[in-house]
Amino acid sequence: MAESTPSDTPLTLEVFTAGLWRENPVFVMMLGLCPTLAVTNSVINSLAMGAASIFVLVCSNALVSVLRKLIPKQIRITAYIIIATFVTMVDYIIQAISLDLYNALGAFIQLIVVNCLILGRAEAYASRNSLGKTVVSALGMGLGFTFALVCLGGVRELLGASTLLGFQVFSSNYEPWVVMLLPPGGFIVLGCWLLLFNWLKQRKTTKMIAAEEAMDTTRQIETS
Amino acid sequence: MAKHQHAHPVVDLRTSPYIRRAPSVPQIMRNVVYALLPVCAFSVYLFGISALALMIVTTLACLLSEQFFCRMAGKKSTLPDFSAVITGLLLALTLPPGFPLWMGALAGIIGISMGKLLFGGIGYNVFNPALVGRAFVQAAFPVAISTWTPTLAANRFSEFIPSTLALPFMTPAPTAEWSQTVAIDGFTGATPLALMKFEGVMVRTSDLFFGTTAGSAGETSALLILLCGAYLVARNMMDWRLPAAVIAGTAICAECFYLLDPDTYPTPLFMIFSGGLMLGAVFMASDMVASPVTPWGIVLYGLLIGLLTVLIRLFGGLTEGVMYAILFANAASPLLESFTQPKVFGDQ
Repeated sequence: MAESTPSDTPLTLEVFTAGLWRENPVFVMMLGLCPTLAVTNSVINSLAMGAASIFVLVCSNALVSVLRKLIPKQIRITAYIIIATFVTMVDYIIQAISLDLYNALGAFIQLIVVNCLILGRAEAYASRNSLGKTVVSALGMGLGFTFALVCLGGVRELLGASTLLGFQVFSSNYEPWVVMLLPPGGFIVLGCWLLLFNWLKQRKTTKMIAAEEAMDTTRQIETS
Repeated sequence: MAKHQHAHPVVDLRTSPYIRRAPSVPQIMRNVVYALLPVCAFSVYLFGISALALMIVTTLACLLSEQFFCRMAGKKSTLPDFSAVITGLLLALTLPPGFPLWMGALAGIIGISMGKLLFGGIGYNVFNPALVGRAFVQAAFPVAISTWTPTLAANRFSEFIPSTLALPFMTPAPTAEWSQTVAIDGFTGATPLALMKFEGVMVRTSDLFFGTTAGSAGETSALLILLCGAYLVARNMMDWRLPAAVIAGTAICAECFYLLDPDTYPTPLFMIFSGGLMLGAVFMASDMVASPVTPWGIVLYGLLIGLLTVLIRLFGGLTEGVMYAILFANAASPLLESFTQPKVFGDQ
């Protein structure tokens, strides 16, 4: 992730979309798996966790990026503890907005402070890129993270409670799969999503290789 | 051989080994299926066509998912080795006889895909695939998997248990009333282990031995399962020490508690003959891939299963602990193997 964007490249759409798909924090980099597994038992929890993470990620990375020339290299990880400020803010904000949601997410809001996605992006991207690019990239990463959480939360809520965002989806006679709301359900669904994404990626690579080979042959025919 | 010998060299000089053909995997697996058939037949006799339908559905689900995933992976089909048939039959035997068929099919698909093919197919599975499937449905459908129906119900060969034919993804019909009407004498809807745990009632050991108590489709007659296991041992396709160690582990652990307080804790005989212990000891724990191969490893593995089973039964939240005990021991078996590597003669 670090070497892919040296600091003098211009701000492009790619900076934003990298986090969504090509470098998706959960499905590709496998970062921040603890909240991914723990709070995704419903879509609303996933969205709240995603929003909280986006806020912390964007604000802390922006601050790290602004201060990147001032922070001495030797103590940079210590300085990144500014993340904690934003986590405390999110903690209080969610309490103020909805206590139910706060109780549902439990300790995992405070635990955003140790989410390796946020520290990882601060170290790998924010500390060596300009403010604008950092914010755009953090936004992409955060949205990618939220996307992954909702992917898990949707399947788990649908199978485990037959609802989506609290609305009944299947008939009332539907037999809920209790396991999907329990921790094993998180692991199983994450595994299935990883399988799907890897399969898509693999198929894309094989297609690209096939296309390149086809190009090579046509070129050979043309030259001969 | 003898009459053709003139066409070949007269003396055939070879070094050891002299036994030319070890039994192949399909051969062993076929024999395990043969050994399972009497247990299945007795289960159908006790529970009727619902048990039969469940066996057919789980076996088909296992076979189809094995075929599907082999094709997806671009591998040669592993259907002819019969191992998926064993998984399907064993899975059906661990489920309640009135278990909805769609849940049975789901358990089969999960067992084969997540318990077996995910690890690389036959020979590579860390856990017994049938138990992986059962563990999944145990966690997913806790009500359906603890709904028991009486044995020897009156119309068992002409009608299904009401919960069997639930539509896919739908809640099965309740069976409590139906059970009351068909049971020969009063039916409480509890297995012997549940009676022991929640009401302190002991079922006679002879009933357990011949298998006329409520329970999963195949966890009924201890005697029949022992006989089928003896067949496998006689064909040299199972190490007798493995089930023996499981039973010994259960007996030792249960005896300790029984001596401590005979009023609270059941007798070792009850522990051995109740629930799925016999089926687990003979057919589940002996999964050739997921159990250790070293002689002492096998013994430790068996003792561990017995010990854990008794502990879960007495102190755990569930009434039956054989499944989790075996899955746990499966996970420990590589460790047990590495502890018990036999010392080569002359080694330092």
